[in-house]
Amino acid sequence: MNYMTPTREQREAKLEGMGCKRKRVEDIRFTQGRGNYVDDVKLPGMLHGDFVRSPHPHARVKSINSEEALKVPGVLAVITAETLKTVNLAWMPTLAGDVQMVLADGKVLFQNQEVAFVVATDRYAADDGINKVVVEYEPLPVVIDPFKAMDADAPVLREDLAGKTTGAHGPRKHHNHVFEWTIGDKDLTDAAFRNAEVSIKEMISYHRTHPSPLETCQCVCSFDKIKGELTIWGTFQAPHVIRTVVALIAKIPEHKIHVIAPDIGGGFGNKVGAYPGYICAAVASIVTGKPVKWVEDRIENLTATSFARDYHMTTEIAATKEGKVTGLRVHVLADHGAFDACADPSKWPAGFFNIVTGSYDFPTAHLSVDGVYTNKAPGGVAYRCSFRVTEAAYCIERGMDILAQKLGMDPAELRLKNFIKAEQFPYHSALGWEYDSGDYHTAMRKMMETVDYAGLRKEQAGQREAFKRGETREIMGVGLSFFTEIVGAGPSKNCDILGIAMFDSCEIRLHPTGAGIARVGTKSQGQGHETTWAQIIATEIGIPADDIMVEEGNTDTAPYGLGTYGSRSTPVAGAAIAMAARKIKAKAQMIAAYKLEVHEGDLEWDIDGFRVKGLPEKTMSMKDICWAAYNSVPPGMEPGLEAVSYYDPPNMTYPFGAYICVMNIDVDTGVYKIRRFYALDDCGTRINPMIIEGQVHGGLTEAFAIAMGQEIRYDETGNVVTGSFMDFFMPTAVETPHWETDFTVTPSPHHPIGAKGVGESPNVGGVPAFSNAVNDAFSFLGSTHIQMPHDFWRNWRAAKNLGVFAA
Amino acid sequence: MAKTHVTMKVNGAEVEGLVEPRTLLVHFIRENLQLTGTHIGCETTHCGACTVDLNGMSVKSCTMFAVQAAGADILTIEGVANADGTLSALQEGFRMMHGLQCGFCTPGMIIRAQRLLQENPNPSEEEIRMGISGNICRCTGYQNIVRAIQYAAAKINGVEFQEAAE
Ligand code: FES
Ligand code: FES
Repeated sequence: MNYMTPTREQREAKLEGMGCKRKRVEDIRFTQGRGNYVDDVKLPGMLHGDFVRSPHPHARVKSINSEEALKVPGVLAVITAETLKTVNLAWMPTLAGDVQMVLADGKVLFQNQEVAFVVATDRYAADDGINKVVVEYEPLPVVIDPFKAMDADAPVLREDLAGKTTGAHGPRKHHNHVFEWTIGDKDLTDAAFRNAEVSIKEMISYHRTHPSPLETCQCVCSFDKIKGELTIWGTFQAPHVIRTVVALIAKIPEHKIHVIAPDIGGGFGNKVGAYPGYICAAVASIVTGKPVKWVEDRIENLTATSFARDYHMTTEIAATKEGKVTGLRVHVLADHGAFDACADPSKWPAGFFNIVTGSYDFPTAHLSVDGVYTNKAPGGVAYRCSFRVTEAAYCIERGMDILAQKLGMDPAELRLKNFIKAEQFPYHSALGWEYDSGDYHTAMRKMMETVDYAGLRKEQAGQREAFKRGETREIMGVGLSFFTEIVGAGPSKNCDILGIAMFDSCEIRLHPTGAGIARVGTKSQGQGHETTWAQIIATEIGIPADDIMVEEGNTDTAPYGLGTYGSRSTPVAGAAIAMAARKIKAKAQMIAAYKLEVHEGDLEWDIDGFRVKGLPEKTMSMKDICWAAYNSVPPGMEPGLEAVSYYDPPNMTYPFGAYICVMNIDVDTGVYKIRRFYALDDCGTRINPMIIEGQVHGGLTEAFAIAMGQEIRYDETGNVVTGSFMDFFMPTAVETPHWETDFTVTPSPHHPIGAKGVGESPNVGGVPAFSNAVNDAFSFLGSTHIQMPHDFWRNWRAAKNLGVFAA
Repeated sequence: MAKTHVTMKVNGAEVEGLVEPRTLLVHFIRENLQLTGTHIGCETTHCGACTVDLNGMSVKSCTMFAVQAAGADILTIEGVANADGTLSALQEGFRMMHGLQCGFCTPGMIIRAQRLLQENPNPSEEEIRMGISGNICRCTGYQNIVRAIQYAAAKINGVEFQEAAE
């Protein structure tokens, strides 16, 4: 026989471990239409539920008459707040410490609020039933503008909070006030501004937008009266948390609730919270004894579930004449809608907004946030961002550009002058965070060189002269953004959801033949966990990734985990996976030592097995160790090869990046053309570069949409005017620019494999790059700040306001 | 509501069913035929997740009634793989070029791209972008979807796939 021993490289390649552009295993089913999404779940006798919704943004509900609806063929039940009261579920707790009506109880507080739930044999009959429910409303005065919500004579929105002077996060100053959050050294910061040689002040708004994944929110609830068990299939980014919440509010023992999140068609934060649809479907199943499906339509998704942003940030920066920043002061007015249902860790009413000092060495800073109620949909979510980090990054990156403009300095130079230096890490920020690692100057310089930054500025200067001479009607903008994210929520010392610490988990079982299964507490919504988690395990224990099956989303089988959002999967669960794998490796080493008849310490790891030091031919592969684990373990050792790890991270991770956008705007039409977009990301160790690049493309596309047009808008009467994909900007392949990606690698020092997470970085860094490009284009005409979104009309209007048209 | 008997050809097989006149084609496909690869993302003809091929045209099945499709010849994602069960050039292209993430838009994208390549076997990047502009993807940023279609076009035309220069 003539065979060659595989080389080191061949053995390594066979594993498809970390760093490999492994093709996704998910795609084999997705490309054939064989995914299993919630709407694909069909059970015998299944009923369908649908909502009667309020046309009014604020009204008293005088009566609900279901008589005619119940006569519609196929309609079996109409559930109202009165029904829910009998099971104590008329109101539900929110993630933010507030309470929220499940169905209108006495009044409605936003347009399209859920008023009644019609249950029928199919969705057509349910729709017929909805049209026959008669609701009598008495309209009430409406509060849409958050700046007017705390006027002395503003209408009282939350009558249920009457007389409550403290909320979940401290004192309430007004009947429409949610909370106030302050952090930082006020005296020191005020002093910095008193002594400042230069300062800027600008109201920077981040408009209300919406994650709108392609699959809407949906569930199927099935209550088994005999066993007393409730099974829920749902579009859940955090299935275990949903199970705990259901156990707490429905008073069903947690082990009798089975939550299954099958394939999910995108989440982006929209599928973190709990919605009235879930509660109503569960109650309907208990009431009727049949499984009940609830599927939201697109209008409902856009108008009634979890908006994002809606932050209005008054931003002040103090600096020296040379451009050294000396202080930051930010006040945020946060529009929370009708109920504070924001998805944030319990202790953080404004999420991690205090990362607002960004990538810069601010000696002092002070931040205050006021949340207010308005007649809008509730549920601010961290849309492709780690809890208000997008808002913070936008605030500081816009602020730094405005400061540069005031100083007459190049914005890149101002950033380089103020970056935290590589040798300052771990770095303690003025607002309380400890940044793990970073090398900002290198990233920024690499970006500037790649795009020929100096050349771009020269070209821009020429273009401006030509514009002034009337030779062109196009203006050119160069938008920089440098961001530091804070992800990986998180350490139990500062992060919990409803009191549950935000660890994550992994359980690995290897079978005798050397193949195995890993179950993880996270839940992919397109991030490719089935592919990448196996890659981590492959590198750690030398079993090919193809031999590891990854399973998530079933609370019966997966260990308890806090789910996937806020770019936390790799920083937290990725670490749990590595730690579980290391436990397996440690046991494997004992087995190998026993079989090879050497001391454990005489063994060294060699890609896919152990080798006796100094005797390279004496080896035992991991595959053989798996077999031995089930038939010849050392005396006294338990057979089997499995391990579980619950990982509570010691710190967050701080990925960063340098982005640049070059665009031209035609002042006569407002039409922009993105000429170039380059994104350099540093997310530490890269597990699958193909997937990272894909996530950056996706995130940039969402950032493009938000910055350049996407907005949830209400008219002054409280009517949502952006309720479908017709009027809510959804970029297609035609509008979407071409993306260039690049990277540097600065591993996280405290993460077992050095990975930091990347899924949200492109959204966090992308929005300021686009907005800075637009603002930069107009700056030479005398403008300092134009609010997003920068659609054609707003660009045209800005040009008009800046006097570019002859009178 | 009185029901109507409809027959049509789906993925090469004759199928039939009883539907209300108002039953949407996408519901007939997903509920009556149990072919759940065709997805629903908006129900208003905007997103393309429900795209099927009907008598040689890409059609959004969320805004067409099943009765209007009576007698039609329809292809859904379930009928796209090669006869021997292997992935078609387009399916393979999407996997090779990382042209999907959550996979929810993918069936509609592939069905649409398949028709596009039949209409224009050698499309430019711009023609591809225009050609799939009725299909929204929230995850991938389109660039890799375009590459996936270029990959498939090359494979079908029997030439080597070459990445366009940046
Ligand atoms: S579901 Fe048909 S186009 Fe969106
Ligand atoms: S892959 Fe998620 S919508 Fe396209």
